Amino acid sequence: MRVQLASETDLDGFRREARALLASRARPAQVEWSVEGGQEDLFAADETVMEPQGPAPALRVPPAFVELCQHVLLHREPQRFALLYRLLWRLAHEPNLRHDPLDPDMLQAREFAQAVRRDIHKMHAFVRFRPVGDAGDGAQPLHVAWYEPAHRIVEAVAPWFQRRFANMRWAILTPDACVEWDGSVLQLRPGASRAEAPPPDAGEQLWLTYYRNIFNPARLKLATMQKEMPRRYWPNLPEAQLIAPLAAEARERSTRMIEQPASTPLRRIPIAPAATTMLPPEGLPRLNAAMQQCRTCPIGALATQAVAGEGPLAPRLMFVGEQPGDQEDLRGRPFVGPAGQLLERAFAEAGIVREEVYLTNAVRHFKYDLRGKHRIHKTPSQQEALACLHWLREEIALVRPRALVALGATAARSLLGRSVVVRAERGTWLARGDGLQVLVTLHPSALLRLPVSQQARAFEEFVTDLRRAAA
Amino acid sequence: MEIAAKLAILADAAKYDASCASSGGVQRDSSSGRGLGSNEGTGICHSYAPDGRCISLLKILLTNYCQYDCLYCVNRASSNVPRARFAIDEVVRLTLDFYRRNCIEGLFLSSGIIRSPDYTMEQLVEVARRLREEHDFRGYIHLKTIPDAAPDLLRRAGQYADRLSINIELPTQQGLAELAPQKDGAAIKRSMARLRVQIEAARGEARDASRAPTSIPGARPARAAAPAFSAAGQSTQMIVGADGADDAAILATSAQLYGAYRLKRVCYSAFSPIPDAASALPLQAPPLAREHRLYQADWLMRYYGFAADEIASPRTGGMLRLEVDPKLAWALAHPERFPVDLNRAPRELLLRVPGLGVKAVDRLLLARRVRRVRAEDLKRLHVPVAKVLPFVLAADHRPARSALPSPTAAPQQAALF
Ligand code: SF4
Repeated sequence: MRVQLASETDLDGFRREARALLASRARPAQVEWSVEGGQEDLFAADETVMEPQGPAPALRVPPAFVELCQHVLLHREPQRFALLYRLLWRLAHEPNLRHDPLDPDMLQAREFAQAVRRDIHKMHAFVRFRPVGDAGDGAQPLHVAWYEPAHRIVEAVAPWFQRRFANMRWAILTPDACVEWDGSVLQLRPGASRAEAPPPDAGEQLWLTYYRNIFNPARLKLATMQKEMPRRYWPNLPEAQLIAPLAAEARERSTRMIEQPASTPLRRIPIAPAATTMLPPEGLPRLNAAMQQCRTCPIGALATQAVAGEGPLAPRLMFVGEQPGDQEDLRGRPFVGPAGQLLERAFAEAGIVREEVYLTNAVRHFKYDLRGKHRIHKTPSQQEALACLHWLREEIALVRPRALVALGATAARSLLGRSVVVRAERGTWLARGDGLQVLVTLHPSALLRLPVSQQARAFEEFVTDLRRAAA
Repeated sequence: MEIAAKLAILADAAKYDASCASSGGVQRDSSSGRGLGSNEGTGICHSYAPDGRCISLLKILLTNYCQYDCLYCVNRASSNVPRARFAIDEVVRLTLDFYRRNCIEGLFLSSGIIRSPDYTMEQLVEVARRLREEHDFRGYIHLKTIPDAAPDLLRRAGQYADRLSINIELPTQQGLAELAPQKDGAAIKRSMARLRVQIEAARGEARDASRAPTSIPGARPARAAAPAFSAAGQSTQMIVGADGADDAAILATSAQLYGAYRLKRVCYSAFSPIPDAASALPLQAPPLAREHRLYQADWLMRYYGFAADEIASPRTGGMLRLEVDPKLAWALAHPERFPVDLNRAPRELLLRVPGLGVKAVDRLLLARRVRRVRAEDLKRLHVPVAKVLPFVLAADHRPARSALPSPTAAPQQAALF
């Protein structure tokens, strides 16, 4: 049985015919597909008409199948209609087919679709417009391109160029079909010949200049290039004429670079002085700047920056946390991440104003473990906390707080010089060797780690500790 | 100087930067009848240079005058290369002209440091601003940001650019101190941190805006478009083979950068001979094979769940093997993890089989829901069957122990210098 479609890319026609054929139970092997005006018309005589035999099998195809058909139809392979109809037939009769990603017919169709998609992608890339008719009468020049796609994709590709160059008048000429955009309507016309395309212009010379100079002769890799830009596209790419000469001189150019002895610089450009570690004159700024350079323990090299303390001098309270977290490390400020937000909520409940207290950490750089793309907080070791302690000491001496609050065990140990069991000693004033009072409580991130059911209560207790500190 | 002569110098000066990708960013086009260009999210390589690298953007420097003296760089202050400087409008016109010819997806603009980091950054931002605001350009813009430029300039750059990048340049602080004395590794990291914060803040705002409740049920929410900030993220480049850092150090640095600053890409650029090179760098052909292996290793980290030190670590000599790809190298070093059963193994394990890519694995997972996977199925997946078979079990296949390629081949590595 012969079926004739209106054109090589007649998707609607194909769907209509295929549905009818399925309904009439025409087996794939019985159907011959042809296209009006095509060359496959040799046996036009043996026309047999099949009568529908009973209700057709209900056919629901996966949504992706329609898209697959769309692409496959643009392929130049003459057997594509037969393949698609066979697949439809099989989808109707073999329930498992749609779940088998490795079926040979399906794979064949996918391969065709893939080739067409690649061809579409290459057309997006390799069409080269040349402006013509810049008559100086204020009318925009027409941008014209000559292109030879591998498959019948012109009509499918046109909307993409329309979206991109909506404000430009342009035309793409190909042997199959031509498409023209005048700023409002997309027009499709029959194919053209290369002779109708405009010749190169001065602007194209600039493009060639760019191409010549962006190539690095020390890295010649023609095979890689040809994989992505096969020779069949070269005739229509102006820059392709440069490939052979550039490749030919590459070896000579790179050898020259390697063998050339270093020359004495002319030094016409004054060289900027290296960023020296000029320390600010004194006080906290100097301490904080010096801290940035610290690599006493291994944490320093892995973090973004040392996070300095923040707050007024001679405050009533100085809060000392454990170490910066991810957000603190990025922003260079203490307590700006989730734990910081929780702390601020607790402050609000306890009647503490963040700007009136001093916030800092026992360890200045962020210590973490990489888990895929995430930096997971890791508690600093005793040694590391010890290495970092002098910064805290000097900071306390400069800030001169009236009392200290240790958030969590690391801070407590740094401030009191001994191990502290937070649960046992929290909420009471403890004395340091230098007479300063320290109140120990949890670190807010410890609250965040509790099971949700316990969080409200723990938060209350935390606020109670803060109230005591502020009293 | 004529525009063609400037273009020759300033394209030549930009060719050592490996980054070129033009994918991602805010989807847009000009079909509303305004503007020029589109960005549909997938990058397009408009051409390829004979070095095999794609050309998707007009990659140029605004100027190759530079007061820094980074030894690996052709534009360093002490090099005798000819210098040039584009006027801002020249760059704008070139970009628009090449774009209309459909030669490029947009602009990748970098610059030597002139006067000060801030001044230089301001010039870069101004090019992007004119393209966007005066010409309503909707193509892709990638700006190289100057480390230590003022946060406000970074913010403005991010408003115009699809992608921002800051080059880390060398894998270790020490390398940077030796070869690029004016560059401050910590400042580079701080800039990356700032970018991550702003990119995430803008994404957060966009998310909130799209979730904003509407007063009339069913009505479309009237909302101001959230400001996109460097919507295609940030990336960086590392030069390989100019200092003594080994692959383990390089990958560890990359892993940290991905983790800390959520980079989209780290580009590895084998250091290649440059004209008028500094005497401190004895030159030779660039270690392209090593660069290739690093890209493969990077891919394993980003898409296959490998940790940096599983691929290369000081324990195993610190270098990737050149004669086999890093995944195969890992498999050969871990015979106890194989064979992997194609019909049972979880996705993570399948992904570790040499020769099986993400796509093939996902298809296998689908296929085995309906039937048992056989060795011949691999052929249809277009995977290198011979490479895969020694590492897998299938319904009809069980590898012989001796089938594993011999792991004894001595690791080979390109000499640095
Ligand atoms: S954590 Fe402390 S001791 Fe370690 S490097 Fe940073 S500032 Fe120095």
